[in-house]
Amino acid sequence: MSAPAPRSTVRHYVSRVAFVVVVVLVAAFFALPLTWLVTAPFDASPTLTVEWPQWTLANFRSLAENPYALRSIGNSLVLGLGTIAVVVTLGALAAYALSRVRIPGRDGLLYALLLLSSVVTGTAAMVPLFQLMVQVGLINTQTGVVLAMSGGLLPTVVFILKDFMDSIPKSYEESARLYGARPGQILRHVVVPIARPGLAFVSVWVLVQVWGNFLLPFILLRSPESQPAAVIMYTFYTESGQADLSLISAFSLVFSVPVIAIYFLVNRRYGFRFHGGIKS
Amino acid sequence: MRRTTWGAVAGAAAATLVLAACTGGDPEEPADASEAAEGPVTLTIVTNAISGGKNAAEADWIADWLIPEFESAMEAEGRDVTVVFEAQGVDDEDYKTKIALDLQAGGGADIIGMDGIWVGEFAEAGYIAPLSEVGGSAVDEWDGWEQIPDAVQNALSFDGERYGIPQGADGRVLFYNKTLFAQAGLDEDWEPTSWDEVLDAARALKEIEGVIPIQLNAGTAMGEATTMQGVLPMLVGTGAQVWDEDGWLGGTEELGQVLDLYRTIYVDEGLGDPVLQQEAAGRDTSFAQFAAGEIGILLEGDYFWRSVINPAEGVGTAPMADRDEVVGYTRIPAREPGTGVNGQDFVSMSGGTGRVLNPGSENPELAWELLAFMNSAEAFESRVAGTVSITPRDDVNATVLEGDPMLTYISEEVLPLSSYRPGLAAYPEVSLALQDATASVVAGDPVEDVLAAYTDAVAGIVGDENVNDG
Amino acid sequence: MAPALALIGLFLIFPALWTVYLGMTDYRLTGLAAADPTVVGLENYTSILGDPGFWRSLRLTLVFVLASGVLGQTLLGFSIAWALRRLSGPVKSVVETLVLAAWVVPSSVGAFLWLALLDRRAGTLNALLGTEGTAWLIEHPMAGIVVFNIWVGTAFSMLLFSSALNGVPPSQMESARMAGATAWQQLRDVVLPNIRAHILTNTLLITLWTFNTFTPYLLTAGGPNDESAILPVYIYRTAIPGGQLGMGAAISLIMLLINLVIALASMRVGRERRRRS
Repeated sequence: MSAPAPRSTVRHYVSRVAFVVVVVLVAAFFALPLTWLVTAPFDASPTLTVEWPQWTLANFRSLAENPYALRSIGNSLVLGLGTIAVVVTLGALAAYALSRVRIPGRDGLLYALLLLSSVVTGTAAMVPLFQLMVQVGLINTQTGVVLAMSGGLLPTVVFILKDFMDSIPKSYEESARLYGARPGQILRHVVVPIARPGLAFVSVWVLVQVWGNFLLPFILLRSPESQPAAVIMYTFYTESGQADLSLISAFSLVFSVPVIAIYFLVNRRYGFRFHGGIKS
Repeated sequence: MRRTTWGAVAGAAAATLVLAACTGGDPEEPADASEAAEGPVTLTIVTNAISGGKNAAEADWIADWLIPEFESAMEAEGRDVTVVFEAQGVDDEDYKTKIALDLQAGGGADIIGMDGIWVGEFAEAGYIAPLSEVGGSAVDEWDGWEQIPDAVQNALSFDGERYGIPQGADGRVLFYNKTLFAQAGLDEDWEPTSWDEVLDAARALKEIEGVIPIQLNAGTAMGEATTMQGVLPMLVGTGAQVWDEDGWLGGTEELGQVLDLYRTIYVDEGLGDPVLQQEAAGRDTSFAQFAAGEIGILLEGDYFWRSVINPAEGVGTAPMADRDEVVGYTRIPAREPGTGVNGQDFVSMSGGTGRVLNPGSENPELAWELLAFMNSAEAFESRVAGTVSITPRDDVNATVLEGDPMLTYISEEVLPLSSYRPGLAAYPEVSLALQDATASVVAGDPVEDVLAAYTDAVAGIVGDENVNDG
Repeated sequence: MAPALALIGLFLIFPALWTVYLGMTDYRLTGLAAADPTVVGLENYTSILGDPGFWRSLRLTLVFVLASGVLGQTLLGFSIAWALRRLSGPVKSVVETLVLAAWVVPSSVGAFLWLALLDRRAGTLNALLGTEGTAWLIEHPMAGIVVFNIWVGTAFSMLLFSSALNGVPPSQMESARMAGATAWQQLRDVVLPNIRAHILTNTLLITLWTFNTFTPYLLTAGGPNDESAILPVYIYRTAIPGGQLGMGAAISLIMLLINLVIALASMRVGRERRRRS
């Protein structure tokens, strides 16, 4: 496929231009819907159209006066971080164990759980989950919501993490063991550092799932003081279902910023990188 | 029976797994109040209203007036009562699901707000019970009943028994834009007496560039709004009801007339915008367009006047500064004079929300006291002080509606003619079938085919034997 | 391991089995059937399979999964990861940030952003294209939710593949380049064999997620006239506004079986490829 030099230069030039155009188009595709999120909240009278705002912070002021709005962000954080703690810890252990222990039909089992999780996170499992929480006495508690969400998210997390765990060479652990490291130490000093990009990734993924979940917290929690932002957002509609754009636009931004910020924090600290080439 | 079986299974499985996991810790007791009646008592209220959001006026009233007033009234009697308000404020279907789950599990607030049309299905499920069974003899002795007209009480009744107290009454009328009417050469004091006269006005309005002559709710995207502000007001104008002694409405001649009207408006003559009624936010848009003077005639309830186009600061969601001058309202005519239900010339539909007592309440009699307190004349006077609406009580209406010609009109001219939906469990599904039927007609399907499909759908819901094919 | 199993057992397997049981009853949330549900065996399944609405919904779902998940998210995600793999600096971080922002924005917010963008009267897209009055979600509901779902979900594939591409041994890439392989040849001969497991993971997860996503409901509510009523919307409509929870549970199980078939098929394809190479 080696072409003569001049033609290759032209082709190289053309392909660079095409590359830039495509990258710009892709960026525009993702950016376009997001522009409303950064203009409307600051507009004195937000509409659905993206336009240069008549700058004001009045929308945020009325949001701050709403008795539930800001507190709900805190509730979302509690639910999100709680679920991350449960799911990532248990998921990492389970994924590591599954990756190292040879159980017949292991992958099948994991996939079966993954399928079941799709049922449990759907509308139809609402009644069983609710009844279960009543029976175990966790109704109207944030713990209950965290556990219910964790159950639905764990299989996916184990599934994703197992891929990362599988890519850790056994030789690393073996040499650590030769130096007398205990399993806990191997986990902490060998496995976790290597799987860190994976852990960071599933943390963000779990946060995104919890952050947007409406149905579970809504049915499992009674008092509006403990409801997360995903539920409170739906209250900004009038009797006839009209959206209150000034509240919704400001709240959308406030609602989105923490999860974006956490993503950046996690990404900057842990990154989605592997260190060095892993030989398989 | 089922509840206990499931409970036992769940409990056993839970216990096993919790033990296996050694996660330990006692599960917290459910947060229900369980103090004896003697000591301090907590009552809870749940309604689909939340401060700063949906139905905020009601939520604020509960928090700022009802709770302090009731607590201090109780204190005056030497009782220590705390009232907790569990504000919700979400989509009605989601709210309904939540309270059903709570009631099914034997929990839930002592006083529960609900839409009148849910009463039947909740009662059949055994989630709620007649008021007098729950609240004791004080219920029938309440002096408030004689102030609430029977028709209004019926909104929260099922099988001839009162399950709750309605919290308001509403009626539906045709709203029209007088400026557009003048432009089209129509009389600004409009009182159509038949569908044809409505269509004639719409045809005249069609001559004006950029104006949708008439918008009659249709399709599934608008949900119950299609049924309540579309199909049913037209249906009662043909003399039929969605349910009567003979069973559920089938693909009858009367429904055919209603669907023909839809076809005339949306398909044959292009008097309405068929895209608008398919949009997910179509109803909002119809409000905004009416407020902007782009819709000539719109069938809506009185809250459209009170809460949507109300020019008062912060009340209307699509305020019209010149509402009182520009917007006219008139009763919905029957298809032809005298063809409406009970031989009426004009018709309307009413619905209503209200509040019921939880049969599982720890303090049912006290809960009734609170409910009666919520529905006292004094309570309604304070409730409607900010934004006037029609209360269920005649004595309160007599004073608060004075000086509000629109609501007086609804109360005096429209409510007496109004029909109500059947509070039966199958209603929501039949309603959906009606919405589907309008959607198909607007999409251009022939009316006969739609009628046949509708008949099948209803038969599938309630069984062949319960369909009235007329 | 044990706590994970317990959690999965209690909050996953148990409610899932309960749902399967519900699928064999005429259970409803309200009404007579709520007070006294009866086991109807496979009746729910026969009536679902006899409902043309179900088949239509299934067809729409398959189109949706194929177009937005398998083709859209995977290909776009991989292309972005591939294109950005050797870039650094502002271009890379801007593109990555935008793609990720679409993914992390809460679904209700994301849906609202698209409603605003595509609005018939005040939508920004109509203003940009000069197509005032085009009701995109009414005229092209499926295309609308497909594009929306690509926008939401591409980040996952992008992240997964850029992690995977970073894991491709640079030495292999280097030797391929030294041997004069084109980008396409490098991709085919070095990269794809190295990231096969990730491709399988990606396909399985994306398929499953796309099958089960309810967010398009926020955009079109399944309309107009059910033209975008994918299965999760069909289940929601049956279970909540329709009140037939037993029926809804039965559809969930059917959906699970369809997912199982897809998974088995894609695992087989993956395994055969591995054997061949």
